[in-house]
Amino acid sequence: MDQTIQVRSITFEYESDKGRVLAVENVSFDVADGEFLCILGPSGCGKTTILNMLAGFLTPTRGEILIGGRPVAGRGQDRGVVFQDFAQLFPWRTARRNVEFGLEMRGVADAERRETALKFLRLVKLEKFAESYPHELSGGMQQRVAIARALAYNPAVLLMDEPFAALDAMTRDEMQKQLTEIWQATKKTVVYITHNVAEAVYLADQILVLAAHPGTVKARLRFDLQRPRDPLSAEFVAAQRELLGHLQH
Amino acid sequence: MNAPRSYVWRSVWRGAAGIVTAVILWETFARSGIFSRALTPELKAIAVTLYSLIADGSMVKNAAFTLWRVLLGLFVASVIGVPLGMLMARYRAWERFWLPLVSVLMPIPTLAWVPLFILWFGIGDLATTLVVTYAATFPMIYNTWTGVRSVNPIWVRAAVSMGAGQHAIFRKVVFPGSMPYIITGLRLAFGRAWIAVIGAELLASPTWGVGRVIFDAKEFLDSEVMLAALVVIGAMGLLFERVVFQKLERYTVTRWGMLAPPRV
Repeated sequence: MDQTIQVRSITFEYESDKGRVLAVENVSFDVADGEFLCILGPSGCGKTTILNMLAGFLTPTRGEILIGGRPVAGRGQDRGVVFQDFAQLFPWRTARRNVEFGLEMRGVADAERRETALKFLRLVKLEKFAESYPHELSGGMQQRVAIARALAYNPAVLLMDEPFAALDAMTRDEMQKQLTEIWQATKKTVVYITHNVAEAVYLADQILVLAAHPGTVKARLRFDLQRPRDPLSAEFVAAQRELLGHLQH
Repeated sequence: MNAPRSYVWRSVWRGAAGIVTAVILWETFARSGIFSRALTPELKAIAVTLYSLIADGSMVKNAAFTLWRVLLGLFVASVIGVPLGMLMARYRAWERFWLPLVSVLMPIPTLAWVPLFILWFGIGDLATTLVVTYAATFPMIYNTWTGVRSVNPIWVRAAVSMGAGQHAIFRKVVFPGSMPYIITGLRLAFGRAWIAVIGAELLASPTWGVGRVIFDAKEFLDSEVMLAALVVIGAMGLLFERVVFQKLERYTVTRWGMLAPPRV
């Protein structure tokens, strides 16, 4: 399966009571197969808008998005989406049945669905909570179920919109570690939205720094650090400093 | 969910305390001589009458008829109200067409329709059941409509991102997502149906029914039978509220964390 993403000078404008608002202007980038891209920027830089266009929730005013070489047309099972809000899980379904949802939509048979769901719950270390309802799980656990759910139907790319932003710092560190492991195990192409510099350096192969009003690409960076990355190492700190420099100018 | 036994008993006792107080007040009033005994029978006489009505099977049959009409009306009301409420909430055109109609019809007291229903459908079962259905339909429509609009948009987004089409969104996201409101709608509909059924039975006089019992007893100034029938109506309402609806909530929305469990 071709898991590349090509974004060709997309622009997004919308109508508001103050007239036309340019949210994203002429943004282009490529993500290679199996690559982890972080989109980093201050609030108002249009990073969520870009993700929503990738997900097919919004259509670019101009420009084109190709996933697996094919233009994105609406929403589809070639993309898995993880949102920031813990409430994204269906409260009336157990963790396992949440993960099964995408497979259900594809008409996969009961037994196979169950087996696949359990496999992905094992991947996020939650097989023991397969029959728990979301409200019985902590925020971090709910986000892991959401990741398992977005991966279970084997999309080409995983889109994540600040999935750990609402977690406490300690849980967030643990989640970033686990996400790296999951990503290495599944070899998915990931687009990850964040406003946290350390998080971007910890997770990404490629970082896209955006400027706000309108959202434009300010810098594109790559840090070739050995994984698992050590946030206290000199290279890590140097990378953070460089990134911060790009953000502030 | 499994409260310790002492808590359960305490709650039963607290719940019973109000009823016991009311019973004592009634008994005092009945014996005060303000009205004649024939009009305000004391508790024991009501109990004896109730017992004999149950023992000869007539009250059971009357109650069964009344309950059947309520449940049938509730069923038809759900079959109409839930899909209509969902369509109204999801599609602008449906909302524009139906909402004014619902808003006009809902505040009309159901009993005001009974004479017309009798003219249209005759005296008896059909008119009674239709009155009940009418009463129960509006809370179902209204609550489902509200419930769907309360569905968290992120659930729909997540479902759509996983490839759900319109049909799957309705059945697997919007319907369960609006459950807290739908169950509340059922509760309200049951309450309205219960009020409507007794009134309709009084006016449209089918052969059997608790309302009919009261109506007949009036002819003979038999206040004991009338009060015994009221006890039966209250008890059945309580039973449904406590047993059926609380159970339904416990196994669905409370279990899903969408509604806090009732306080013990």
